[in-house]
Amino acid sequence: MPEELALQVSNLSKRFGGALALDRVALSVRRGEVHGLLGSNGSGKSTLIKVLAGFHTPEPGAEVRLYGHHAPLPIPGPTVRKLGLAFVHQHLGLIPSLSVTENLRLGDLATKSNWHIDWATEFDAAAKVFARYNLALDPRAEVGRLSPVEQALLAIVRAVEDLRGVSKEPGVLILDEPTPFLPRAGVEQLFALVRAAVAEGASVIFVSHDVDEVREITDRATILRDGKLIDTVDTKTTSHDAFVERIIGRSMSAYGGASKALSAAEPQVAIENLSAPGLGPVSLTMTEGEILGLTGLIGSGYDAVPAFVYGARKARTGRLRLGSRSLPLAAIDPQQALSRGIVYLPADRMGAAGVGSLPVSDNVGLPVLKRLKRAIGLFDQDIASHAATLGATAGVKPNIPTLPLSALSGGNAQKALLAKWLQVEPQLMLLDEPTQGVDVGARQDIWDALDRAAAGGACILIGSTDYEQLAQLCHRVLVFARGKVVQELSGAALTKDAIAEACFRSTTLTPAA
Amino acid sequence: MTTPTPQDYERRIAALEQRLHAFEGRLAPPTAGRMNTAFFERYGLVFAWILLILVIGYFKPDQMFSWNSYAAMLGSNAMIVVLTLGLIIPLTTGDFDLSVASTMALSSMIIAVLNVRMGWSIEGAIFMALLAGLAVGAINAFFIIWFGIHSLIVTLGVGYFINGVILWISGSNVISGVSNDLVNVVILTRFLGVPLSFWYAGILTAIIWYIFQHTALGRRLLFVGRGREVARLSGVNVVRMRAGALIASGGIAALAGVLYTGMRGSADPSSALAFLLPAFAAAFLGSTTLYPGRFNAPGAFVAVYFLSTGIMGLNFLGAQSFVQNLFYGGGLIVAVSISQLLRKRRPMD
Repeated sequence: MPEELALQVSNLSKRFGGALALDRVALSVRRGEVHGLLGSNGSGKSTLIKVLAGFHTPEPGAEVRLYGHHAPLPIPGPTVRKLGLAFVHQHLGLIPSLSVTENLRLGDLATKSNWHIDWATEFDAAAKVFARYNLALDPRAEVGRLSPVEQALLAIVRAVEDLRGVSKEPGVLILDEPTPFLPRAGVEQLFALVRAAVAEGASVIFVSHDVDEVREITDRATILRDGKLIDTVDTKTTSHDAFVERIIGRSMSAYGGASKALSAAEPQVAIENLSAPGLGPVSLTMTEGEILGLTGLIGSGYDAVPAFVYGARKARTGRLRLGSRSLPLAAIDPQQALSRGIVYLPADRMGAAGVGSLPVSDNVGLPVLKRLKRAIGLFDQDIASHAATLGATAGVKPNIPTLPLSALSGGNAQKALLAKWLQVEPQLMLLDEPTQGVDVGARQDIWDALDRAAAGGACILIGSTDYEQLAQLCHRVLVFARGKVVQELSGAALTKDAIAEACFRSTTLTPAA
Repeated sequence: MTTPTPQDYERRIAALEQRLHAFEGRLAPPTAGRMNTAFFERYGLVFAWILLILVIGYFKPDQMFSWNSYAAMLGSNAMIVVLTLGLIIPLTTGDFDLSVASTMALSSMIIAVLNVRMGWSIEGAIFMALLAGLAVGAINAFFIIWFGIHSLIVTLGVGYFINGVILWISGSNVISGVSNDLVNVVILTRFLGVPLSFWYAGILTAIIWYIFQHTALGRRLLFVGRGREVARLSGVNVVRMRAGALIASGGIAALAGVLYTGMRGSADPSSALAFLLPAFAAAFLGSTTLYPGRFNAPGAFVAVYFLSTGIMGLNFLGAQSFVQNLFYGGGLIVAVSISQLLRKRRPMD
C-alpha cells in the first residue's frame, strides 16, 4: 500500500569523481513513523540527507516519492518544504540575536511581504504553539540566551510548524544528528517533542551515531555502510549488538591493525586531570616516539583535547608534564607551548592552520623566520627556497612556494602545513583530523611523515574519527564517551573494527578509572 | 663485487624519489604566461602616473613640464605620504584607524599652542605632540582589543572626540607664528631642489618598506591581518601586534602633524581633518601596486603622488577646487574595486 508510505526513495546513487558515495540505496518511511538512519563516517548517510535537501543531484535512475507523488530530481532546495520535507541540522539555523518568535516565524518573515506585523498577536500565536507541544519557551526571549536544549527544541518546532503551514500532508521531518551536544535530560525532552510531532501525523527521520538513542526513539531503522544499504530493521526486535554489527560490518577486518610495538617504557609526556566544560577529568601518558590516537563519537569530547593541551583553548584544570617539567594547562598559551617544543595542527586548514591568501612559502616559513634571516634582513627568495626544500621532502605538488596556499589541493596544503611544524623538530605534536579531505596518496605521505617523526623521538597525539587511519598509524587508541576515556586499545586488539565497535558501544561503557 | 644490501636499494629509491619530486616541482603550471599580467599588475599605477603627466602635459606643457610645479607639489604633499604610511600599519594587521587625521590635527595644534601661546621651545612642543599621538594610539588599542569593539567604531569616536579637544585647546582659532626653525627644516630648506619634507617622507617610506618586507615583524603583522587565528596558533602575540600597530599609526600621524605645522607655520583647528580620505584613498590605491594585494609603503608613496599629480594637473586645466573631492573620493572607490578584482571579488573580511 503506497499510501501508507510518507517517503519512498529507491535506486538512489551518487558518484563523487571516481568514488560511489551512494550505491542504489533505498529508504522507505511510513506515515507517523520515527525512522532511524545509522552508519559510521563515510557510510553515505549525510550524502543521502544532502540529496533529499537538494544539495546534491543524484545519478539518473533514482526515484523519490512523497506521499505517493514523484518528487522532481534534483530536489529543488528552496521549495523543499512545499514537497513536505523539513530539516533540522546540527547547526540549527537560528539567529541568536533575534527573539524566539522572530526565529519561529523566520521563514515567513524572510519571504512574505508583510507591511504590518502585529507583534502582540505573533507572541500569542507562538505561545499557543509552544503550549501545544508542552514546551516552556518564552516567545519574547532572545534565542542566544536559551540553553542548547531549548534552541534545539525551538528549531524542531519551527520545522514541524513550517511543514504544517505549507504542505497538505503532515510531512517528513529530518533530524540530522540533533543530540550529540545535548545533556541526557535534554535528549529526553527532544524525544518527547519528536513523539508529539509524530502523534500529529508527521514522520521523522532520525540520523544519529548513537545506537542507544536510535533504539529508544525509532520504530524502524535503516543502516548504511560504504554507500550501500545494509538493512532496514524493526528496532524493537534488534539488539544493540545486532546494530553495531551491521554498522561496522565484518568484511572490514582485512584492514587489520599495524600492531606497532614500542620499545621505550618511560613516559615522556603526561596529561593529568585535564578538565573543561563537557570534558574530563582526562589523564593520559605517552612514551617517547609513541603515536597515540584519541577518538569517540561526535560530542564525546576527544576532539578538543589537542587544543586544550596546546592552550589554543583554555582548560579549566589539569597539568602537562613534559620530560621533567610540569606546567598547569589553564595557564598555557600557544607561545609558551611552542617554546617547549609542542606544536598543534588544527583541523580547520584554511581558517586556523594556514592563510590561503598568502604564499606557501610565508605559511611554511612563519615559525623559523629567525633562522632564515640574513645579516641585513629577511628576503622572499630565502623563504621561498627554504619552503621549496621542505616541500620537496614532504612531496608537495606542485612545489612552487610562491603560489598562494589556497591554490594547493587539500592533501598538498596539509603536507605543507605539516612540514611547517615538523621542521621545528617538536617533542610533542598535537594533530586534529590530520587527513580530513585528503586524497589517498597524500594520506600515505602524511602517515609516513608522522611515522618518521615518531621514530625520531617525537610524541604524537592524534584526534580523529577515521578508524582506519587510527588503526594503521597509532600505537594505542583511547576511546572517549561523555568527556571521559572509556576504553584503551593497543597491540593486536587495535583494528579498524575494534575501534568502531568501541565507539558505538562507548555510550554503554563506564569511564575507566 | 659486493651484492647490494636492502639498505642500498632503499637509499637509491629515496634518491630517485627526491629527483622525481624535484622534477614534478619543475613540471608544475607554467608561470611564464602570467608574467605579463603580473608585471602590469605591479607597475600599472606607475605607468598610469606617467601617462597622466603626458596627457595633461599635452594640453598644458608649460606648467605640467616645469620642475617648479613638481618641487612644490612633492614638498606640500609629504605629510599625506606620512599619514598614509601610518595608516597602512593597522590596515595590515586588520584594523581601521579613522582617527589618523584628527591625531595629525591634534599634534599640529599642540605644537602651536605650546610653542606660540605658552612659549615652549619648538623641540619640547614637538616631543609633546608625538607623545600625544602615541597616547591616542594606545587609547584606540585599549578599546579595540580589551573591549573587543570593532576598530571602525572606536577610531571614529576617538577621532571625533579629538576634534573636540582641538577646538577646546585652540579656542577655535587659527594659531600662527610657530617657530621659524621648524618651517626652515620642513619646507624652506631644499635638497636637490625639493623641500626637505619630501625627503623625510621618502626616508619613512624606506623604513616601513624594510620592516614590512625584510623583517620577521613585518611577516607577523601580515599574518595577524590575514589570519588572526593562524597567527595566534603559530605563536604570534596577536594582542601585542595589533596594539603596536595602532600605537605606531598614532605616532606617525603625529609626525605628519609636525610636517603640516612646519609647512604652514601655523595650526588651524579644522583643515587637517580633510586629509582622512586622501590617506585612505592612497593606502588602498597603493595596495594595488608594487606588492599587489598588500598594503605597502612604496605603493602608498606612489599612490599619494599619483593622486596629487592628478589634482595639480586638473587645476592647471582650470578645474575648480571641488575636483579634489571628486578625484580622491573616486580614487578610493576605483582603488578598492581594482583590489577586489585582484581578489576575484571574494567578499571583504
